[in-house]
Amino acid sequence: MEGEMQTESKIRADSGTEPGPRVPGCSLRHFACEQNLLSRPDGSASFLQGDTSVLAGVYGPAEVKISKEIFNKATLEVILRPKTGLPGVAEKSRERLIRNTCEAVVLGALHPRTSITVVLQVVSDAGSLLACCLNAACMALVDAGVPMRALFCGVTCALDSDGTLMLDPTAKQEKEARAVLTFALDSVERKLLMSTTKGLYSDTELQQCLAAAQTASTHVFRFYRESLQRRYSKS
Amino acid sequence: MAAGFKTVEPLEYYRRFLKENCRPDGRELGEFRTTTVNEFGAPPTDAPDKGYVAAVFLSVPNVDLSPLCSSRFRSGPPGEEAQVASQFIADVIENSQIIQKEDLCISSGKLAWVLYCDLICLNHDGNILDACTFALLAALKNVQLPEVTINEETALAEVNLKKKSYLNIRTHPVATSFAVFDDTLLIVDPTEEEEHLATGTLTVVMDEEGRLCCLHKPGGSGLTGAKLQDCMSRAVTRHKEVKKLMDEVFKSMKPK
Repeated sequence: MEGEMQTESKIRADSGTEPGPRVPGCSLRHFACEQNLLSRPDGSASFLQGDTSVLAGVYGPAEVKISKEIFNKATLEVILRPKTGLPGVAEKSRERLIRNTCEAVVLGALHPRTSITVVLQVVSDAGSLLACCLNAACMALVDAGVPMRALFCGVTCALDSDGTLMLDPTAKQEKEARAVLTFALDSVERKLLMSTTKGLYSDTELQQCLAAAQTASTHVFRFYRESLQRRYSKS
Repeated sequence: MAAGFKTVEPLEYYRRFLKENCRPDGRELGEFRTTTVNEFGAPPTDAPDKGYVAAVFLSVPNVDLSPLCSSRFRSGPPGEEAQVASQFIADVIENSQIIQKEDLCISSGKLAWVLYCDLICLNHDGNILDACTFALLAALKNVQLPEVTINEETALAEVNLKKKSYLNIRTHPVATSFAVFDDTLLIVDPTEEEEHLATGTLTVVMDEEGRLCCLHKPGGSGLTGAKLQDCMSRAVTRHKEVKKLMDEVFKSMKPK
């Protein structure tokens, strides 16, 4: 039986209090990822970004209800449980975003008439929650061995009132920001898979944030590769 | 014969049209369906009979996708699409700051208006988010709130239905939706069939100063920065058209 493999990698330590300069200086928080920690799901991963932590479990490809089955590809389902309280409309909206992102990368055509379920549990929320959920979901899908055409990652950008760009904002920075933009990027060509934004911003600011997110995603994908290499090289 | 082909291979049927740069309903790739505003009257807003804390902005949007609008929906609790649409409208209201919290306050610390926005879909042929945003904007422009004074002796609210004033609408957000086909082709204003066959969708909400209130891309195939730029410019054009239409409609409706 495979033991737990814990991989920690410091991308760049960030004090978290100073806002980044106008030129995107990649100041992401400390990352950590743990895979295969749950015994029942086919794949599981826990992703930490600073103090934000999300646990993901993947079941699949498994049997699907006849009402939900699609004849030529796998049915993807995402369930997001908040830390406290019952799931509401906001959770449903996020589930739809994560599900559509996963559907774009997972090769569902290889497993028709099956279901792949991703269950996400928010363990702690200290800003950039959606991005952390996306990262955890991707790592869990890899752990489960679900065939994918690319990896994906989530990056959050915050714009404050004088236009300064902050990557991977904390909860406090998100609240004070004028706009918060979350992007999901794929690993092959850094194309934009998913985007959801909050607040008002201009067209040029959007392009700046997108460029910064694309640079930051390189670090995230490097982290994925390192942690997977470390895991498979020992076993 | 074409109908048979369409049922069996809808995606191939569509691809044949797209190769000729047109769509089955005769539109160009960048053409919108005609937009009209029907005057059904303003929904009445109810005065709250309990006090709400003034600083809290309360507006409850609800999108209702009933079996009336499409055979896809069943009656019962709101399905996923309705919930996502309601959340989208809530985000648009909050992000675009179409109404300020202070405008809804009657007496600070004691009484404030609660705005219930119910968007009922009558017919669903795709592009529900654009239509909802437009309907919301039209309805909010039409809302008249009666004057409320608080009687000091009884500490109750007195509503004066004769004196009504319009809401102060600060910005005019307009949504433009696109569907992505086969990772490359962009189509505006998708119908329900096109949405179903598309590999991704994108909705851009812009206000009159060119600021973006919302960039909603719920997954789907990837887009490059250049394509995104193209979408922005189309959204700007669309905003101008819609604004012109709205102004015309309201000019004709004002003497009510």
